[in-house]
Amino acid sequence: MRFVLSFRAALAPVLGVLLAVAMQPAKAEEGTTIFSDTSRIASIGGSITEIVYALGEEGRLVARDSTSTYPEAAAKLPDVGYMRALSPEGVLSVNPSGILALHGSGPKEAVDVLKKSSVPFIEVPDRYDHEGILEKIRVVGKALGVEAKAEKLAAETDAKLTAAEKQTAAIKERKRVLFVLSTQGGKILAAGGDTAADGIIKLAGAVNAVEGFSGYKGMTDEAIVSARPDVILTMKGAGPPISEDELFANPAVASTPAGTNRKMISMQGGYLLGFGPRTAGAIHDLAVELYGNQAAD
Amino acid sequence: MAEQSIAGAPSRAMAADGDRSARARFVIALLCLALALSVFLSLTSGASDASAVRVIRDWFTGAVPSDGALAARDRLIVYDIRMPRVLLGVLIGAALAICGAVMQGLFRNPLADPGLIGVSAGSSLGAVAIIVLGTTWLAPATLALGTLALPLAAFFGGLAVTLLLYAIATRQGRTSVATMLLAGIAISALAMALTGVLIFMADDRQLRDLTFWQLGSLAGATWPKIGTVGPVIILALAAMPFLSRGLNALALGEATAGHLGIPVQRLKYTAIVGVSAAVGASVAVSGGIGFIGIVVPHVLRLAIGPDNRYLLPASALLGASLLLIADAVARTVVAPAELPIGIVTAVAGAPFFLWILLRKRGVVDL
Repeated sequence: MRFVLSFRAALAPVLGVLLAVAMQPAKAEEGTTIFSDTSRIASIGGSITEIVYALGEEGRLVARDSTSTYPEAAAKLPDVGYMRALSPEGVLSVNPSGILALHGSGPKEAVDVLKKSSVPFIEVPDRYDHEGILEKIRVVGKALGVEAKAEKLAAETDAKLTAAEKQTAAIKERKRVLFVLSTQGGKILAAGGDTAADGIIKLAGAVNAVEGFSGYKGMTDEAIVSARPDVILTMKGAGPPISEDELFANPAVASTPAGTNRKMISMQGGYLLGFGPRTAGAIHDLAVELYGNQAAD
Repeated sequence: MAEQSIAGAPSRAMAADGDRSARARFVIALLCLALALSVFLSLTSGASDASAVRVIRDWFTGAVPSDGALAARDRLIVYDIRMPRVLLGVLIGAALAICGAVMQGLFRNPLADPGLIGVSAGSSLGAVAIIVLGTTWLAPATLALGTLALPLAAFFGGLAVTLLLYAIATRQGRTSVATMLLAGIAISALAMALTGVLIFMADDRQLRDLTFWQLGSLAGATWPKIGTVGPVIILALAAMPFLSRGLNALALGEATAGHLGIPVQRLKYTAIVGVSAAVGASVAVSGGIGFIGIVVPHVLRLAIGPDNRYLLPASALLGASLLLIADAVARTVVAPAELPIGIVTAVAGAPFFLWILLRKRGVVDL
């Protein structure tokens, strides 16, 4: 075996790589929070687009991403693709004067190129709680230079959210909810902590049946059994819908209280998980589905 | 197509050989023209109306455009988005096609491609490991290397698998091609299984990233990335044509090639390391782009014959042109969004390949 040769062969690329890493330019500082020109905005992220419409500023929009499907009028705008697979030239081709992107937009290379262009790029934080929604509204409003309007919308949304959360305040018996994202190939992907699903379950006065992991992960049958969900929550409108029969045919799911009572709730994905202006309605609808007339209106 | 021309060996049919080489040179000249056209087409097409011609002309003439902001945007689109993409497309298209041709010559099998010896599987494993574990176990690597972590992991994954195979298949300084093929299948399966484990661990966001990566795309083309993988691919590409005489002789069998004075062992080693470096680097930045490595050499064999002295450069030229055109389609057909290029190469490549096979049924061999 002549490994000497192979080491030498491997060494050259290593050196090249080290050089390339050393030559990477330093990252630019981020500091823009207001667009100097708000006439042509590209909106990346369903909830961002909804907020722009709720502020009555939709006349400024020139493009959206594929997750922006509400309100229906938004669908008429040019679609720059899925928010995590943006094409930088595609985004620049609509000549935006500013890009509003929900946290998590990407890929990183595309965002780096966009930031390099002279088009201001504002990233909107995405937190899955009451305060997070208000923050989103304020950040979008500030970026568009309509802070007074945004403050008003934030106050209205705040009141609606508070009212929606109050509905379930008096309930003693908290329902345990398991959010199932997909059942592809028999593997049940469920929502743990730090997810939009976890956030909406809590706001509707229920408990996430999943403990011990964050993000969406595959659950084993035993973990499902020990999670003891009273209700299975799924979303529709994104990809193939999850069939109730298939879900409850799974012996692990069937053995839980949710399986015994065949209790599955399915709601529109963008509405349920968007964390935007419509979330108060989603909380209300989910609470009514969960607790029926126990949820005081 | 059974005619073999061996450099340095007396030819069986001088006249036919002369005809063929003249034809091959003509085809190569045409392919050079096609590549120039493809580069031009690629630079001038895209989702936006940025005019590459104007940007480049302004650069040459030193003219200052009247509309500052728009001109700056166009410069960014041409220099930072299209140019690296075109360059990367040329490099990767050429690399995939020429590596396919070299593998087919080495294994004396028209269906061989770099995927066969596990390079692609090893690269995928490295890349998927970064996507899935980049925020947990491999966090130090991703923090230190940023966006370069994925290409590096893919590159070293491919190289590691290849060197391991080489070590397995080499006994007393002789590499058995058959052993390498079989071991390659086993190691590919193992790498795919490990990739499967990682995919099983992945959450929904990582799965989406994975899907996009596996479909292949030149969208990640940036100057720093080209600085990383470019030299590797260029070195490997430059070394390949020197293998052509050896590969021609190898077509007659290893023993015969040895008697003709070809250093067979060194030939195998160079070919394998070159291919794994070029393909590893390509897979690293662009994910899985299929079909170029099999279709291009095959079509060219039908056009100019099996002589590797012409086949290798012609493959590189045609591979580069095809990938550029596929990328131009990917960038414009659903603008302002874009398609993964793997979809374009498969949708265009597969039916075309079948059509060629049907037309030439019975005359296809090496």
